[in-house]
Amino acid sequence: MMNLVGEVKPGMYFWSGNDAIAEAAIFAGCRFYAGYPITPSNEIAERLSWRLPQVGGIFVQMEDEIASIVSIIGASWGGLKSMTATSGPGFSLMQENIGLAVMMEVPIVIVDVQRAGPSTGIPTMIGMGDVQQAKWGSHGPYEIIALSPSTVQEAFDLTIMAFNLSEKFRTPVIILADEGISHMYEKVVVPDPRDVIIINRKLAKDPNGYLSYKADDDLVPPMAPVGEGFRIQSTGLTHDERGYPSADPEVQNVLVRRLLDKIRKRKHEIIDYRMYKCEDADIVVVSYGSAARSAKSAVDMARKEGIKVGFLQLKTIWPFPDEVIFELAKKVKKFIVAEINEGQITREVERASKGRSEVFWVGNYGGRWIFPEEVLGKILEVK
Amino acid sequence: MSRIEILIGGFGGQGILLAGWILGNAAMLRGYNSTYLPSYGPEARGGRCASRVVIDCEREVDCPLVRNADYLIVMYQEAYDSYIDLLKPGGVLIYDNDLVTLDERAKKAKIYAVPATKMAESVGRRIVANIVMIGAFTAISNLIDKETVKRSVIEGVRGRYVDLNVRAFEVGYEYGRKLVESEKK
Repeated sequence: MMNLVGEVKPGMYFWSGNDAIAEAAIFAGCRFYAGYPITPSNEIAERLSWRLPQVGGIFVQMEDEIASIVSIIGASWGGLKSMTATSGPGFSLMQENIGLAVMMEVPIVIVDVQRAGPSTGIPTMIGMGDVQQAKWGSHGPYEIIALSPSTVQEAFDLTIMAFNLSEKFRTPVIILADEGISHMYEKVVVPDPRDVIIINRKLAKDPNGYLSYKADDDLVPPMAPVGEGFRIQSTGLTHDERGYPSADPEVQNVLVRRLLDKIRKRKHEIIDYRMYKCEDADIVVVSYGSAARSAKSAVDMARKEGIKVGFLQLKTIWPFPDEVIFELAKKVKKFIVAEINEGQITREVERASKGRSEVFWVGNYGGRWIFPEEVLGKILEVK
Repeated sequence: MSRIEILIGGFGGQGILLAGWILGNAAMLRGYNSTYLPSYGPEARGGRCASRVVIDCEREVDCPLVRNADYLIVMYQEAYDSYIDLLKPGGVLIYDNDLVTLDERAKKAKIYAVPATKMAESVGRRIVANIVMIGAFTAISNLIDKETVKRSVIEGVRGRYVDLNVRAFEVGYEYGRKLVESEKK
């Protein structure tokens, strides 16, 4: 349990979600963590405080969450894969600099272990109310990538995916965990590293004529390795390909268009979900995070009663899988969205189904789990 | 075996959380689906605390909470008072009879008294009372084989305490086995 040294060996472990996120970060190549303590994310920082030094990495406890995210932006510019972890109140403080990382195109991973909010809410209890904040929390037009685990194994797998996507797209990636998954222990199978694809950022090769923000055909500019003679210009101000600030609306248009398109046009490389018994379904239950565990059980219970109901678990929350929902909406009559908030993904399903299906919400406002019989009750009510 | 819910209650410092981890890990090692959810919060420091373990060899575990316990293990009066209502009728109650006094609410249960703290003292240190309980539970419940649980105990404790904990486990297992045997007579 405690005796790990160096890289974690392939095999089976009984870990909490927070343990799994910390170990997966190391597995994915994270070598810099900065954070400020907050329940229910603390075990990530605690574990990395002794695990990172074992693998030659750096752990820093910063003075607050703003400093934490800015320092991982700096560390990433310096060449290290970097991560922070927090919960709702800290996530709010990080919003401005999530925008900075989007604009500067810095790969970082932010773990938000959601708890019941708003404000300090119930620090020790489950919530899933930061889902829309992950999308819209910083100002201005931008796209973000956010992933949500429903099992401890997924906490491990999606953390690796988060680092891969952040490196591939040069963008911040948010892991929307929640208190349920993070504090719960479950089996994790750590794979052989040779069986896992680890993506590292694309680096510029030639300092001569290097332009900080000249993108390749994949819409992602190669990053300059520091200390090798590259001249780098980077800013949160609107900038041209050289990285020079500009107040020209056309420069703004070109830049923002590319920042949006590098994610929108390559959504198929990002979106991940699990579809279960949807082939003949009249009703599809959509869920994610801890709530998805009870939602899937409810679908099994309803199937036993002969109700044609399917299950869609979202692993990628943002970008939202509009096309997946729309295709289902052509076939199914009703969606039920199970989530521990006031209906933040319910409205996305409504939007993406374009009026073709009725959409219902089942859940609570945080502080406790959703139980399978609650979701079943909703299925029986709307069928 | 479908869903089995186990609730272990005590006070902070008794190793209630470690006991939960050991059981959940043992179930995993045995090839079952399992979850373990420790109680979390300021009330866990020194005061009442609990481990919830859910084991299922057929399906994935959905919600890891215990709402209808098949087994309740208690080592602290306040934990008994709080959790006895979560034990389902006909469920198994294992308690440290030097630390907990039962009331009429226990009548619904199949009851096993295990003086785990006293037995731990005789093994060498009262701090291993949790492992004595795990041993007794292993014999009484017969959910997971002895060797697998013992392996989980070894994985769960630090190196220099392995021998002490294994002794505590054996003593608890033997006590539980005798309780079950005496029932058969």
